[in-house]
Amino acid sequence: MKVQVKLFAFFREGRFIKDDKELPDGITAGQVVDDLNIKREEVGVLMLNSRHCKFETVLQEGDIYAIFPVIGGG
Amino acid sequence: MADKIFRVNMTDLSTSIEDVPADWAGHGGRGLTSNIVAAEVPPTCHPLGPKNKLVFAPGLLSGTTASNSGRISAGAKSPLTGTIKESNSGGTSAQRLAKIGCKALIIEGQPQDDSWYSISLKPGEVTISKEEELIGKGNFAVVEAAEKRFNGKVGVLSIGQAGEMQMTGANISVKDPDSHVRSLGRGGLGAVMGSKKIKFIALDAEGGKVDIADVEAFKAANKVFTKALVDHPVSQALGTYGSNVLVNIINEAGGLPTKNFSSGQFEGHEQISGETMHDLIVERGGKPKHGCHAGCVIQCSQIYNDLKGKYKTSGMEYESIWAMGADCTVDNLDQIAEMDSIMDDIGIDSIETAVAFGVAMEAGVLDFGDSGEMIRIMTEEIAKGTALGRVIGNGAGSVGRTYGVTRVPVVKNQAIPAYDPRSIKGIGITYATSTQGADHTMGYTIATEILGVGGTADPLSKEGMVELSRGLQIATAAIDSTGMCLFIAFAALDDGACLPALIDMLNARFGISLTAEDVTNLGMSILKTEHAFNKAAGFTNLDDRLPEFFETEPVPPHNAVWDFTGEEIDTFWNF
Ligand code: SF4
Repeated sequence: MKVQVKLFAFFREGRFIKDDKELPDGITAGQVVDDLNIKREEVGVLMLNSRHCKFETVLQEGDIYAIFPVIGGG
Repeated sequence: MADKIFRVNMTDLSTSIEDVPADWAGHGGRGLTSNIVAAEVPPTCHPLGPKNKLVFAPGLLSGTTASNSGRISAGAKSPLTGTIKESNSGGTSAQRLAKIGCKALIIEGQPQDDSWYSISLKPGEVTISKEEELIGKGNFAVVEAAEKRFNGKVGVLSIGQAGEMQMTGANISVKDPDSHVRSLGRGGLGAVMGSKKIKFIALDAEGGKVDIADVEAFKAANKVFTKALVDHPVSQALGTYGSNVLVNIINEAGGLPTKNFSSGQFEGHEQISGETMHDLIVERGGKPKHGCHAGCVIQCSQIYNDLKGKYKTSGMEYESIWAMGADCTVDNLDQIAEMDSIMDDIGIDSIETAVAFGVAMEAGVLDFGDSGEMIRIMTEEIAKGTALGRVIGNGAGSVGRTYGVTRVPVVKNQAIPAYDPRSIKGIGITYATSTQGADHTMGYTIATEILGVGGTADPLSKEGMVELSRGLQIATAAIDSTGMCLFIAFAALDDGACLPALIDMLNARFGISLTAEDVTNLGMSILKTEHAFNKAAGFTNLDDRLPEFFETEPVPPHNAVWDFTGEEIDTFWNF
């Protein structure tokens, strides 16, 4: 299935900003993080279609999936 | 030396240096400015008349070696909102005031003629002088002249043309360690300084120092505190990307107010993002990491150079970039930096003014995205005080009333900042109930709703949001009294060692024994003091509401509306 994966801040270094990926059915948000060699403890926020999600969330065809490190501001 | 209250009366041009009344001894920063305004300013007075007072106070820990403790508070009755106001900023002034031994500077009265003045403070001395040369000039010229007249290290608080003309969007500039400026931005305090005919205040701390009751305990606590700040990943991201790292995540969450709050996502978000800004800064030989005062270990500020590698501006915040960027649909960081620099020089709040431009665009005064025209209006209309310049310089509410616009994002007439309260609901409670008009910094629920710091909360649900905002508003009032930058809150929310170390520093500085409960009580009492002032000024619970359009216009992509009832909002004050 096709899922668009977006990375932010230093997660982009040596990877990509945005990538349309072909992923196996049933893959979870956490598995995508692992496959990208991103450490789970460095992850701050995951969003699926503009809503927060968890490592266990199962991705679906056509999803837009965003992975952020721990960040803040104001 | 013992801290004193420095008082300047602009009606009869007298000055005095007074002992600190017992009631104020435990206060600093916001707690002190709000208590002084509440005690001495009649709540119904005209904010630009002789009865209003402008108060400056360093935080309780300012002037010490405590990390991130160099924030200054300014307070008065706000000409923008009509409420009590505390605005705070970095720069070098808090540290200079503390070293001078000035716990608070109170400026009262009003000259009876058209003369302008400057004020200067030294340890044990405060002087009023006539000022002619710098009238009509921008802040950059004032800082340069003040450094020549005094010395390179002098602290400077000044107003630009907007403050002289008493525009309600006018801010007060604070010199930073590189002789650039930071801003006491919100609430039009620059207009209050202008109404008192004060162009600038020079702070010469030569020979002054801050006494610490228990030096060893202070050092030990500061070590723990600093480690908590430095180790927190949010601090590291702030040092790399600045607060502007938020553009992309708030956009992704659908909460980035775009095109005068008509959408929650901006097509040009990537071009104005913290990531892009970081790369541009590095490419052009600027500094992505920079402190607004000596002693900041987070360093969210930056030095932004232009295309040719020449200094353009510094300290661009997420809110300013959002307001000029997404809200006015300008997707070019160089144009935004240019405007940031112009607004610093004129001395006008970059949030209020850019949101005012968004409303003016909605009214058809200029086109969305037309940054060239924005720059022209800033330099040729606002700085010169033409009719259009004053309409915009008086803020978003002023533009809406003048042109008959109904989509005007203000609470208590102060522009709503960079988070849409329909899709990020907790922050809407902060906007509605803050004692100072819409202001995200009063209770930064975004940390929990979006960033997952200090717990999590679904931003699209109302559940628990009143409590979240209340807890944060109480904690913030206390933090704003210490002189600490609010960005310590990320470490404080997550790292159990951070807040106790902060309290240990307060105790070591003053030889007292505050507990965490005392600090919470301090926060509550500040909020209640401010709320009581507003009530006496004529505000009721019905003013704690968001503009109607948030209830009737769903905002994409979530198509969410603001759905809190008045009764729900009013439970905020149940404490
Ligand atoms: S983190 Fe940013 S705002 Fe806070 S003290 Fe440092 S430079 Fe100033």
